[in-house]
Amino acid sequence: MPDLPFALDVKDLSKAFARPAVDHLDLKVRAGEFYALLGPNGAGKTTLLRMVAGLLQPDSGDISIFGIDARHNPVAAKRVVAWVSDEPMVYDRLTPLEYLQFVAGLWEMPAADAERRAHELLGWLGLMPHADERCGGFSKGMLQKVALAGALVHDPKLIILDEPLTGLDAGSARQVKNVLIDKVRTGVTVIMTTHILEVAERMAERIGVIARGRLIAEGTLDELRAKARHGGTSLEDIFLDLVADHAAGAESAAA
Amino acid sequence: MSAAPASLAWFARHELSLFWRDWIGMMTAGRRTRGIVLVLVLLIAAILLHLLANALVGPWLANGIRADKPTLVLITGSGLLFWSVMLSQALESVTRAYYARSDLDLILSSPASARRLFAVRTAAIALTTSVLAALLAAPVVDMLAFFGGPRWLAAYGVLAAFGALATAIGVFITIGLFNLVGAKRTRLIAQIVAAVIGAAFVIGIQAAAILGYGTMNRFAVLQSADVVAHAPGIESPVWLPARAAMGDLGALATVMLMGLGALAAAIAVSAASFSHHATAAASVGQGVTRQRRTARFQPGSQKQAMRRKEWMLLRRDPWLLSQTLMQILYLLPPALLLWVDFGKEAGAAIVVVPVLVMASGQLAGGLAWLALSGEDAHDLVATAPVPPRAVLVAKLESIMAVIAIIVGPLLLLTALLSVEAAMIAGAGIVLASGSATAIQMWFRAQARRALFRRRQVSSRAATLSEAFVSIMWAGAAAIAAGSPWWWASIVPASMAMLVLLLAWAIRPRS
Repeated sequence: MPDLPFALDVKDLSKAFARPAVDHLDLKVRAGEFYALLGPNGAGKTTLLRMVAGLLQPDSGDISIFGIDARHNPVAAKRVVAWVSDEPMVYDRLTPLEYLQFVAGLWEMPAADAERRAHELLGWLGLMPHADERCGGFSKGMLQKVALAGALVHDPKLIILDEPLTGLDAGSARQVKNVLIDKVRTGVTVIMTTHILEVAERMAERIGVIARGRLIAEGTLDELRAKARHGGTSLEDIFLDLVADHAAGAESAAA
Repeated sequence: MSAAPASLAWFARHELSLFWRDWIGMMTAGRRTRGIVLVLVLLIAAILLHLLANALVGPWLANGIRADKPTLVLITGSGLLFWSVMLSQALESVTRAYYARSDLDLILSSPASARRLFAVRTAAIALTTSVLAALLAAPVVDMLAFFGGPRWLAAYGVLAAFGALATAIGVFITIGLFNLVGAKRTRLIAQIVAAVIGAAFVIGIQAAAILGYGTMNRFAVLQSADVVAHAPGIESPVWLPARAAMGDLGALATVMLMGLGALAAAIAVSAASFSHHATAAASVGQGVTRQRRTARFQPGSQKQAMRRKEWMLLRRDPWLLSQTLMQILYLLPPALLLWVDFGKEAGAAIVVVPVLVMASGQLAGGLAWLALSGEDAHDLVATAPVPPRAVLVAKLESIMAVIAIIVGPLLLLTALLSVEAAMIAGAGIVLASGSATAIQMWFRAQARRALFRRRQVSSRAATLSEAFVSIMWAGAAAIAAGSPWWWASIVPASMAMLVLLLAWAIRPRS
């Protein structure tokens, strides 16, 4: 059986601002996988994902999305990707339905399919009563759900989410998590950064830990547990242990 | 010595330090060399403006200035023109004091007195309004004082009094609107009122000049024998501000007392309700606007989707509405001249053509900023499978279509008067709107659409070059349309091209 292409295959990717944000990083995510990316603030998670989504130009390295070279054929790669950031970017003066109509237009979806899917998504996310209200008056949680609906309306194969649960109440967070789990069940790949370690622990099949622009550990929860030298049983203990080890290693190397 | 926390002096120092840092940051962008260049540019501009003012007031001074009726009419009329702009600016600043959140949430949630904060902020608005007006009037006042005697320096006192009065009226209008139409509509209505106040007097007096004297010169009205004859007697209190500006210390004291008294009264009356109205303003964003019709998905290309979205957002933009209203207001005087002058084609064309060109350049600049820089869902568009060039083209098409819809009927009306003038105006409109759009494209920087009204702050270079290019194209069109030396239009046209080239050369590269 031929090898299936990875949903995401990042090779030797680098990006520096004042200092290296992503430093010769390699990352492979399998199709249909729920992958959580963890790391302390400023570790390079958002920079990495913004490069994958085509929002930032890498300094060097390769990005392949389902076998498509995203650096040389960005439009083709973007067709199968959806991006959701922690700050929902939605037009204040459009209604959720108008927003979804616009998104569907950008991804060239047939109008009838898009309309049916938009209603379906707004129903799932509990936004149907607000479908004709302008987004300007929405809470952060509602805006995040509109942005998520926008990401899902064009049926992406890879969904990239940067801290999607920030600022959401428990109910909204659960709705978002349920929708993502459903998508993974249907074969969609999800890559998500989060500071809520419990979410990564419960939802992700594999977890990557990134620090100082490098992937310092990766695997299932059990594999990470084995890698952590004196970590406890929770992901929080393991994560803190791995990051502290890496920081100590980096400092001694610098000395 | 430091002021007691949360006292009036403490708030004043806090405001002053914020204002100073904002101003320095905006002017120098943190670069020392830019600060030095700015000081040099300001110095040169000040010298040039003083020379210009000297040429303006020189003949007047040479004839000797007496406090007679024509002089009082001229000073009062010019002062009113100036004050209408001050009032407009003060009203806008007062509204912003209620709606700008920045540190307001922190202060309102603290045990510090909101009354004191309001008093300081209102006084700061009065001060800023007066200082800006003084800076603008300085060349004329300085020249009058230099050659006519120091008594003319009293004009600065009049400006301070009228800055205070403008702020007081701004506060009363804002409070009145809060009580009358509620926090949700106050900001928009206040901005429209401010724009109309700023333009109405200027336009009104220009309309009077056109109807009465067939000229665009506003001062023709103020200097006309009819107006002087119908003006109140020389002893009337109406002339107090003019007398004060001319150095009558008694009149100056009265004017200052009235201005500062009005400000104190406005603060005393409205300070108590500041916290209440500011809190109401904070909840404005949480209102719900429901569309009457449920969106029906329409088939179409990516570009069509982009254009549809742009037009929908433009249609629903309240600030764009007020700006367009302003453009239309400014088009009224030339339209009036067209009506008065009907039959004398060249006379009308020389006014109508440049106004159309200028207005479309300014409109295009605003629309281009909204479409290119004010993209609220930048990440969404950037991650969509649409080549960046196609996004740009779709946005430009949407802007050009709006301009065509607005100026099309005006061009047709002009064609009824003169086909040649309409063709020249058409070419000028294309060049001016194209240039303004190009400048906005070169200087585009991602910003929230809500910042539209403060777009000038984001790039002074873009704003200045956009205005200058529009003026130059308007000048070129005016010469081509109404002058026998039509070929001379090459001069302003070349200058427009030169500015465009300069703007392109200094565009941000990142």
